[in-house]
Amino acid sequence: MPWFKKTKKPKPVRSERPRSKVPEGLWVKCEGCKEVIYSKELERSAKICPKCGYHFRIDAMERISSLLDEGYEELYDDIRPADPLAFKDTKAYRDRLKAYQRKLDLYDGLFVLKGSVEKSPVILAVMNYQFMGGSMGSVVGEKITLAAEAALEQQRPLIIVSASGGARMQEGILSLMQMGKISAALAKLRRAHLPYISILTDPTTGGVTASFAMLGDLNIAEPGALIGFAGPRVIEQTIRQSLPEGFQRSEFLLAKGFLDMVVPRTEMKSTVARCLRHLAA
Amino acid sequence: MSTEENSFEAPLVELRRRIEELEGYPEGSGHRQELEQLHHSLKKTTKEIFGRLTPWQKTLVARHFDRPYTLDYVQHLTTDWQEIHGDRAFGEDPSVVAGLATFRGKSVAIIGHQKGRGTKERIHRNFGQPRPEGYRKALRVMRLAERFRLPVITLIDTPGAYPGIGAEERGQAEAIARNLIEMADLEVPIVAVITGEGGSGGALALGVGNRVYMLEYSIYSVISPEGCAAILWKDQTKKSEAARALKLTAPDLRQLGVVDGVIAEPPGGAHTDIETVCRDVGETIAKALQELEGMSAEELIADRYRKFRALGAFAG
Repeated sequence: MPWFKKTKKPKPVRSERPRSKVPEGLWVKCEGCKEVIYSKELERSAKICPKCGYHFRIDAMERISSLLDEGYEELYDDIRPADPLAFKDTKAYRDRLKAYQRKLDLYDGLFVLKGSVEKSPVILAVMNYQFMGGSMGSVVGEKITLAAEAALEQQRPLIIVSASGGARMQEGILSLMQMGKISAALAKLRRAHLPYISILTDPTTGGVTASFAMLGDLNIAEPGALIGFAGPRVIEQTIRQSLPEGFQRSEFLLAKGFLDMVVPRTEMKSTVARCLRHLAA
Repeated sequence: MSTEENSFEAPLVELRRRIEELEGYPEGSGHRQELEQLHHSLKKTTKEIFGRLTPWQKTLVARHFDRPYTLDYVQHLTTDWQEIHGDRAFGEDPSVVAGLATFRGKSVAIIGHQKGRGTKERIHRNFGQPRPEGYRKALRVMRLAERFRLPVITLIDTPGAYPGIGAEERGQAEAIARNLIEMADLEVPIVAVITGEGGSGGALALGVGNRVYMLEYSIYSVISPEGCAAILWKDQTKKSEAARALKLTAPDLRQLGVVDGVIAEPPGGAHTDIETVCRDVGETIAKALQELEGMSAEELIADRYRKFRALGAFAG
């Protein structure tokens, strides 16, 4: 028995930025500049704040139509998650999955598409942050690997848009192994001299950053995206001090040399197309 | 290690203490019979306790302060060890050791996490939590091995990659990612053994091998039981439940197809008989290297691809 009890409360940690989904309603408050924006105006501006340039998160479907030319095709849409560990915390993984599947009408958190960017043929994979925080389990890992293999077979460049909290805990070690599996598939692409462009969006952390998101021939981020290995809360708890402003944001990573460029959403498609014209001619 | 946490080991510690005490007595003082009884009882109790360890208790054994670390294996299994330092870019990270050694008559590269013994060395080695420089040193030595056609042996034992400001600034994620793709592509055999804690990406960054083995009471997990409990249960004290749910023990991983084999430990855990454990780890590595010996660079890369390509569970 200790004589004294610890009465000091742990230091409060910076709360995560609220989800910047555009709520239903006429007016939206910008997370960047706190200005109130007319929501129709926000829709027209690709969900970028017209006043400060803050990039609101967009969903996977919006992302796809912002990058691909019309007339794309979805691949591997029949792959469904299993529950290999029969995982249960306060809720069974099976039930969590069902809830997301019902809500979003999807099997899991990734789209693979065959299409073109300004007429350059590509294979595109887009993570869906809305599905369990974009977490990577076996389905995400398998579909990205299949995407890389399709790129190889069809001699197309590969583009992956990341938005993920990292590996999915509920599939345990199998989620971790997806990092190795995808990286090995990217090694094949590299050997075949096919370009791979990684687009990092808010947020990209954990095992996703520590595997394919950082392995692009080009790593391109949207402005202001949180990108890192450890999440800010974990770091703050480890070092017991608060983090500097802008830490782990796109601009910080650009300054530290880990991104090739930070590109606004409105210029992403033309930038990717230009890079592909150079690399995949 | 906190006594409360390790209380399952307490009866064994007491028995060992009494044996040691009696062994100190002079011959012929009539204690032989008692000593024999104690030895017998130690054996039996150890078997009982270790025969029904929970996943959380196995986690504690995997983290045991007396567990053999990379440099112990190097000392027992090799001769002519030459350590190599630095990542040639920023610094030297002592939480990863790397070097060249003679193993069963041949030169090899050995790379592993190193936790350190005693408070001072533990701090020096950052409790076996590498910063990017550690992973970059590891990769540099793997490349060196490739250039000179030496097989690579990795020994994995880390709570995870270090989550600090400097580590993030210098590209912790990039360093881990880089190792994954480069290991997948390495033209020499890689044999990995998880000897203690296989802590997530920080472990996998040394773990993309042609063969991957685990010691019986080691663990390998996407997240620590504490981290998982804090996030999913929102309660750090649920670590025992989390350890069970994560399926992080060696038999679990064998069943999931992640590891190629489990290396048995002595009944009381690796730390109670380091010599035997080192010998058995050595046997396993030697056998694996023999299997991989004749393979070409292309075959080795294809072999690694097949191994990791098959991992995952899904329907449709």
